[in-house]
Amino acid sequence: MTHSQPPLDLSPKVSDEVRKTTCYMCACRCGINVHMKKGKVAYIEGNRDHPVNQGVLCAKGSAGIMQHNSPARLRNPMKRVGPRGSGEFESISWKEALQIATDWLKPLRREAPEKLAFFTGRDQSQSFTSLWAQAFGTPNYAAHGGFCSVNMATAGIYTMGGAFWEFGQPDWDHTKLFMLFGVAEDHDSNPIKMGLGKLKKRGARVIGVNPIRTGYNAIADDWVGITPGTDGLFILSLIHCLMKAGRIDLDYLARYTDAPVLLNSDRKSPEYGLQLRNADGKALVVDRKTGKLTPFDQPGVRPDLAATYRTAGITHRPVFHQMAEQYLGEEYTPEAVADRCGIPAPRIRAIAAELARVAFDEAFELEHEWTDFRGEHHKTMTGRPVSFHAMRGISAHANGFQTCRALHVLQIILGTVEVPGGFRFKPPYPKPATAHPKPHCKATPDAPLDGPHLGFVQGPEDLALRADGSPARIDKAFTWENPMSAHGLMHMVISNAHAGDPYKIDTLFMYMANMSWNSSMNPGGVMEMLTDTDDNGDYVIPRIIYSDAYSSEMVAYADLILPDTTYLERHDCISLLDRPISEADAAADAIRWPVVEPNRDVRGFQSALCDLGAKLGLPGFVNEDGSQKYKDYADYITSHERRPGIGPLAGFRGKDGKDVGRGEPNPEQIDRYIENGGFFVNHIPEGANYYKPWNAAYQDWAVGMGIYDAPQPYLFSLYVEPLRRFQLAAEGHGKRQPPEHLRDRIKQTMSPLPIWYESDPEGAEGYNVHALTQRPMAMYHSWGSQNAWLRQLHGHNPLYLPTAIMRQKGLKDGDWARVTSPHGGITVPVMEMAALNPKTVWTWNAIGKRKGAWALDRDAPETTKGFLLNHLIHELLPPKGDGLRWSNSDPITGQAAWFDLKVHIEKTEAPAEAQPEIPAQRSPVPPAPRDIAWKVGK
Amino acid sequence: MHPAPSVILFSSLSGMGFGLLAWLGIGLPAVTGWVAFVFFALAYLLAVGGLIASTFHLGHPERALKAFSQWRSSWLSREAWASVAALLTMAAYGAGLVFYDTRLWPLGLLGAALSLLTVLTTAMIYTQMKTVPRWHSVMTPLNFLSLSIAGGALLAGQVTAAMVLLVLAGAVQIATWWRGDRALAASGSDIATATRLGEKGSVRAFEPPHTGSNYLLREFVYQIGRKHALKLRVIAITLMVLLPLLLLLSPVFHHLAAALAVLSHAAGVLTSRWLFFAQAEHVVGIYYGKR
Amino acid sequence: MTTLPQQTDRKLGLVIDLDTCVGCHACVISCKGWNTENYGAPLSDQDAYGADPSGTFLNRVHSYEVQPEAGAAQLVHFPKSCLHCDDAPCVTVCPTGASYKRVEDGIVLVNESDCIGCGLCAWACPYGAREMDQAAGVMKKCTLCVDRIYNENLPEEDRQPACVRTCPAGARHFGDLGDPESAVSQLVAERGGVDLMPEQGTKPVNKYLPPRPRDQLQGPEDSGEIDVLAPFLAPIDSGPKGFLGWLDRTLEKL
Repeated sequence: MTHSQPPLDLSPKVSDEVRKTTCYMCACRCGINVHMKKGKVAYIEGNRDHPVNQGVLCAKGSAGIMQHNSPARLRNPMKRVGPRGSGEFESISWKEALQIATDWLKPLRREAPEKLAFFTGRDQSQSFTSLWAQAFGTPNYAAHGGFCSVNMATAGIYTMGGAFWEFGQPDWDHTKLFMLFGVAEDHDSNPIKMGLGKLKKRGARVIGVNPIRTGYNAIADDWVGITPGTDGLFILSLIHCLMKAGRIDLDYLARYTDAPVLLNSDRKSPEYGLQLRNADGKALVVDRKTGKLTPFDQPGVRPDLAATYRTAGITHRPVFHQMAEQYLGEEYTPEAVADRCGIPAPRIRAIAAELARVAFDEAFELEHEWTDFRGEHHKTMTGRPVSFHAMRGISAHANGFQTCRALHVLQIILGTVEVPGGFRFKPPYPKPATAHPKPHCKATPDAPLDGPHLGFVQGPEDLALRADGSPARIDKAFTWENPMSAHGLMHMVISNAHAGDPYKIDTLFMYMANMSWNSSMNPGGVMEMLTDTDDNGDYVIPRIIYSDAYSSEMVAYADLILPDTTYLERHDCISLLDRPISEADAAADAIRWPVVEPNRDVRGFQSALCDLGAKLGLPGFVNEDGSQKYKDYADYITSHERRPGIGPLAGFRGKDGKDVGRGEPNPEQIDRYIENGGFFVNHIPEGANYYKPWNAAYQDWAVGMGIYDAPQPYLFSLYVEPLRRFQLAAEGHGKRQPPEHLRDRIKQTMSPLPIWYESDPEGAEGYNVHALTQRPMAMYHSWGSQNAWLRQLHGHNPLYLPTAIMRQKGLKDGDWARVTSPHGGITVPVMEMAALNPKTVWTWNAIGKRKGAWALDRDAPETTKGFLLNHLIHELLPPKGDGLRWSNSDPITGQAAWFDLKVHIEKTEAPAEAQPEIPAQRSPVPPAPRDIAWKVGK
Repeated sequence: MHPAPSVILFSSLSGMGFGLLAWLGIGLPAVTGWVAFVFFALAYLLAVGGLIASTFHLGHPERALKAFSQWRSSWLSREAWASVAALLTMAAYGAGLVFYDTRLWPLGLLGAALSLLTVLTTAMIYTQMKTVPRWHSVMTPLNFLSLSIAGGALLAGQVTAAMVLLVLAGAVQIATWWRGDRALAASGSDIATATRLGEKGSVRAFEPPHTGSNYLLREFVYQIGRKHALKLRVIAITLMVLLPLLLLLSPVFHHLAAALAVLSHAAGVLTSRWLFFAQAEHVVGIYYGKR
Repeated sequence: MTTLPQQTDRKLGLVIDLDTCVGCHACVISCKGWNTENYGAPLSDQDAYGADPSGTFLNRVHSYEVQPEAGAAQLVHFPKSCLHCDDAPCVTVCPTGASYKRVEDGIVLVNESDCIGCGLCAWACPYGAREMDQAAGVMKKCTLCVDRIYNENLPEEDRQPACVRTCPAGARHFGDLGDPESAVSQLVAERGGVDLMPEQGTKPVNKYLPPRPRDQLQGPEDSGEIDVLAPFLAPIDSGPKGFLGWLDRTLEKL
């Protein structure tokens, strides 16, 4: 018998041209190669040269072509003609749209700028949108951080001047033990997957701490199926074990942290718990060599962790004493926490022991010479190959801030931050809280705001309160209810605006935030608030402007729609002023540029803001002659200077395009970025790339890059003094005093050393099963459902129940259950999962869709079987009988406590569709095609 | 396996058609002229009609001729050759009977053999599928052939032979079912071998790759109606064997009863063939936690 | 003829690391993108935005739960595409010769212009590696990106299957499994790579690396073994005073 085979072209042409830009299928911001054929997008792959993804690309990124061609893309500006929520619109021109917006906003700015609330969802241009809001003069601006991961960001920045997520990364090349706490797997996803791959290749150990064993936890060598909300307790127990065994890095603690900093220890003193400082405000330590009181940064000082100091009748103890007192107690022994955490005590000890073993017995030296901020020269860098990462899993609880703090303290006592093998910051971090702005909220008619909206309070004096003590911001950020709400509280805006509390607003202006659906707690209630009318029949929230690229659920609630472009049709900058794409070894930023021009009458939202800013005459958006300053966003990106020589992009500055970091604007900057593959990287020199907060060479490099204007070394804050300042106020000290009903809570929760408290202390009777969501790696929030490829992966979502609950309730796969919380109920299909904490149920996030949205057919599984847990979660906790409604959020930062949800589950008859059934909205876009067979190059 | 109507019709009808041709080939009944024409027309209607039906499930029926190329390795290709050879041979043989009143015995015997060979090749298409343990057995060709020959006898009016062969075919059918019900378990393929995770513990399919459906699930994981399998088997045996036997045995045997017996048998064969597909478990179902 | 070659010069295939795959579906979609735009008919989708979306994919990621006799259940993500079997039953059943195995590298392909869409090859495959495209009416399967791996229009480092190039975790490896010295063969030897459904006798070229043992960090009471980690937590002293005493002694030594 003979074998024969046909001729085959093994070298077909791949594309006419490759255009390199930045992905926006999630928040990772990977570099992509867009292959073009006949001027159309044919294929998208990862850019090998790009610092974020180094060529790899996730499912979302590869499916970008289907998003770019999504049938749900908005076509043109629209004004509402039907009732709010109906989805009935009339197409209008951009001219008319911008005129309407101007007519609405101009009087507000003239009379009361705070009557505009401008909130921008999953915005990747916050340094620009905040500038616009500042120029408008409203204090009411924030992005979505408050309902995402502000606990993580804030705890990290207050503790160590940087956090997980994009602020830092494990030293993937050196770490030997990686411990991962609850992570949203659609965030920073390619870097984490690449890092895990490196660890797996080396056979390094991965410990996953998550109630659910999917994704990263599925490949963890050890899975700790913790009970939700108890991570802080588990971590404090690890700290207990390590301190008790003396397995901590005393040298690191003494040199680089506030462990030796002296605290006022006199309970009667009005400064009890505050740091001892010299006249320059520098924290003081006892020098172990001289025994003398010395500023922490004095050259040659050897801070003493043990010595106390008495002056003026007041004993001062080092922070480390207080830690010993707090964490060596019996309440943190593994045995004491095991049941609550759902982890056997021996296992907690085994994990603590393994952390200790790897951190200290597998320590290593890198032959990198460096000089610290005290002028001491070091021949090598000590590596402690233990690293950690965490995200929303520990963050989205009412105890999340303190839990995140606890995790940072654990990292720090092991000496694993900014050392080889540990956790490393990415420029512009490290940057301590004190180097960030403070919040500004002073609105003046016809004038810009007095400074940036968001920032880091250092004490009660920095709160955003009006003269009468009432909240200055519509979201009540930076108030006694949540003093450290550094990202604002977008999730409270609609309910506060509806309630007119603290005041009424006129126009709600939102961008890329699906607030009437998956981005809100209590979406049913939000839909009512958005459509509620007063006695005159006018909407309670008078005007809503919304910008989105796609036909999302929120579109139906807008009065005016400004259609955005897809990510392949727009300019963007991923800026060092904002949330850049740096790596631990390099500062990096990137652009997007229109690899194709839109075929619809749409405009990049930021360009539309340039137009609108000019029409409103906002300072900074008009030239001296009143003409429009920035032609479009690209013009802003190249010509805007935040400080002299510092602009949105750090690369290719100066007339000849050769300046880095600092330099004059270069009109050809974007072209240079395009030539360079859409990004810019500047590597940190060897010897400067670890110990960054204390490394003189790094500090100098950062100044050169324009990240700082002067070196600013600092100590890590195991003890966060601003928290103590709020406690002192609650104890009755100081001029600004909290309202009475908040005093006890502030005293209890704002501990300057990490604590753990039950995040749901009431534990509503009968609701004792934790209910969580996980992010599917192949979807980003609500966006994936309009994508013909991705929606086949996750077209509906069962509620996963642990085996024991399945048995107990007589359920089997495919049955339906009624799931209730104190706030509401849903009826949903269930599936069994064994690899799950026995007190926890979960589902995939944001798969359920409203009929009529996203250009899906009305009988799409996303609408008939898909569901949201959001219906069970309220922005307020159930009444406690004290006449007050407490918000369902972290009392320190206001972070939405999504993961504190507890439910009750009962088997039920299968309904025709998942409940609640929300009536359809009318689709503002034409029906989608039925079948597709996409081939550009045919 | 998905019970595609086109394939069920094809294999059932052409089985009976080729069965009838085989009987005609050996001269039972020894018809000539117009009577022969009617018999041959019926046989060709069934055989060719079945073949035409089978092309309905092709993605590209216009390329069907290409299917003749791989006779060395492919049973489907062999079936194509065998069926054409049988039909051509029997056409020549039939022409002799109808138009020339001449029985070309060697041609008839050859045609009969080719007709049965065609049924065998059809059966072998299924038998060779190791992926479908229920089919992967000598019982499949026995089942197909015994039904073809019995059905052919019935159509050919060979009452005595038909009665014996129907009983035989019924016995083979029951044996086929009996074995088939144990085949998947006996095949050695299970979720442990499919995933090779069996050494670590008991394996259970968790999330399917896609929440959306796919070709594999539609084609290979057909579960609807299986719960009625036993009922359908009783119906199949009744229609295929018992009722025709009763009709053949009835004292008032005449053409109407014979026609009824044929129809009943055909309905029984269709039911059996539906079960042949619907009950067949493809091992790919294991990957989906389904059978 | 659709017979298999007596032997192939090389055995190109994939090694899939089940210890590393996080189940992100990157390979699935990257494959969909490349093979929609390249080799043969596009991979179509039916009812793409409707009630029953269904499309052609050449690679799908399953997931399995494994319950060991003791300890927590485990989850394994399990990508699966054509295994390019040495004894590929899909090739020999093909009546038209459309399905064939390349003699140069062992890649199993469908010559779509000869495919009549009878579906038999998909029936013959135990792994579900072949899917009939509903729009084109021809059988689609993994080509191992035969139009990438030799493609002189691509930079050298990109001449690998799209799924391998894109895999963020590095759980997919491509190479010559016929060469015992190749990196992939070494990896298979080192990590105990296995065949899927060996009893089917298909002799798959693609290999799967099993997950490494899980949940080994248990305390002594759970594992019943000697606590090797205990010395790492030997208490220094009891009570806060003792701790500060230890602290002072230790600081002296720094």
